[in-house]
Amino acid sequence: MATRTLSLADTTIGKKAVMAVSGAILLGFVLVHMAGNLLVFSGPEALNSYADGLRKLGPLLWIARAVLLGAVLAHIWAAIALVKANDAARPIKYQVVQPVATTYAARTMRYGGFILLFFILYHIAHLTFGVTVPGGHAAAPPAGMPGALAGTDVYYNVVASFQVPWIVGVYVLAQLALCLHLYHGGWSFLQTLGFNHPRYNALRKKFAAAFATVILVGNLSMPLAIMAGVIKLPS
Amino acid sequence: MRLTLNVWRQKGPSDKGGFEKHSLSDVSPDSSFLEMLDVLNEQLIEQGKEPIAFDHDCREGICGTCGMVINGMAHGPQQLTTTCQLHMRKFKDGDEIWIEPWRAKAFPVLKDLVVDRGSFDRIIQAGGYISVNTGSAPDANEILVPKTEADRAMDAAACIGCGACVAACPNASAMLFTSAKIAHLGLMPQGQPERYSRARNMVAQMDAEGFGGCTNHGECEAVCPKGITLENIARMNRDFVKGMFIARQEPKAQA
Repeated sequence: MATRTLSLADTTIGKKAVMAVSGAILLGFVLVHMAGNLLVFSGPEALNSYADGLRKLGPLLWIARAVLLGAVLAHIWAAIALVKANDAARPIKYQVVQPVATTYAARTMRYGGFILLFFILYHIAHLTFGVTVPGGHAAAPPAGMPGALAGTDVYYNVVASFQVPWIVGVYVLAQLALCLHLYHGGWSFLQTLGFNHPRYNALRKKFAAAFATVILVGNLSMPLAIMAGVIKLPS
Repeated sequence: MRLTLNVWRQKGPSDKGGFEKHSLSDVSPDSSFLEMLDVLNEQLIEQGKEPIAFDHDCREGICGTCGMVINGMAHGPQQLTTTCQLHMRKFKDGDEIWIEPWRAKAFPVLKDLVVDRGSFDRIIQAGGYISVNTGSAPDANEILVPKTEADRAMDAAACIGCGACVAACPNASAMLFTSAKIAHLGLMPQGQPERYSRARNMVAQMDAEGFGGCTNHGECEAVCPKGITLENIARMNRDFVKGMFIARQEPKAQA
């Protein structure tokens, strides 16, 4: 009998492997994305030349976008399939549930995922397409700003946006959700992919906690620094 | 001790079921949880009522027959302990206790606190065996087994198949049970010929039974009376994924 090449979609563990691998890709993206954006602290020239460099990658940029989109879609597909199966596995709920080992982060993965999906959609609409940027997407940066980009100016979009309190609020909430999601996902993907050894298991959770903290602090530092006036548009 | 018990009563598999409240006085703190239920059943029989049905066999904590969710915890509040080895001294005078059967689609309730764990048997049938030649017994120590591997296999083999892992899992997943069975054979030299087909077949059966998936909560490990660890699940995932890549046959699961 002929065998199908891989049966990732047929089994729980296959779907979990898809979840873990796509999650690992997104983990890497979140880190690189944060590292690049932190250039906002170095001023308009640094951030804008980094952004311009990304735009000039051409085909490479589209390959990266395709991989990320694929990872997001695979992550969502696996999540929906597994959540459905998990909910169906216990049709009658317990009257009393007393969790012994699980964490708040683990229990809220599915809700956090939803929050992050809506945040990602807003985030792309906001900083890629300019929705809710004060003065509109193509608003000109202040005259004489070094490193200003023709067309849309990344530094202006970021700094002008995060002077608006509700936008900062949205980003803060999303980062808290992301931090929780990463705290469970950061070690969970290792367990799912089979990385479990008594000598390294404590490291897995430390890695996840450190990763989630670094992302939270790094990503929140930017909107909060802008709101506090530490980073300003040149006048 | 005086106790108030809320016990799940269900006449049969198709009955809707519900909680029944009982008050019990003069419970000895030295009695086991099942002995406490025995006392209650004596009273019910004397009153001409139907006693509460629950599974039990050895009452020594090693057979895996008993099991109920007590105050939201599979096998109750004491770790590494089956329900029969849980003693009433773990409760306080005047406590209200909720007693429920294992809840899972793959563990249908037969009556009151008794569930059908035939799904576990079918997972074992799918691959929880090794193939050996019949005939005279082989010489002892003919096949060398490293001590660490023998210990790990023995730890996995300690699983008594009680189903507490499924009961405690927020997803009613049977991965701790299935992975323990896969590990206890797959760690031994005798288990190598069927190692990858075993992982695939047993997982296929586990899925066919309607158990959920693992989301790494760790509840199963926390309630397991035999201390089976999540390491077995990671190992099962490794064997399963490798099996998926190298297999030349589709996995087999019975309906």
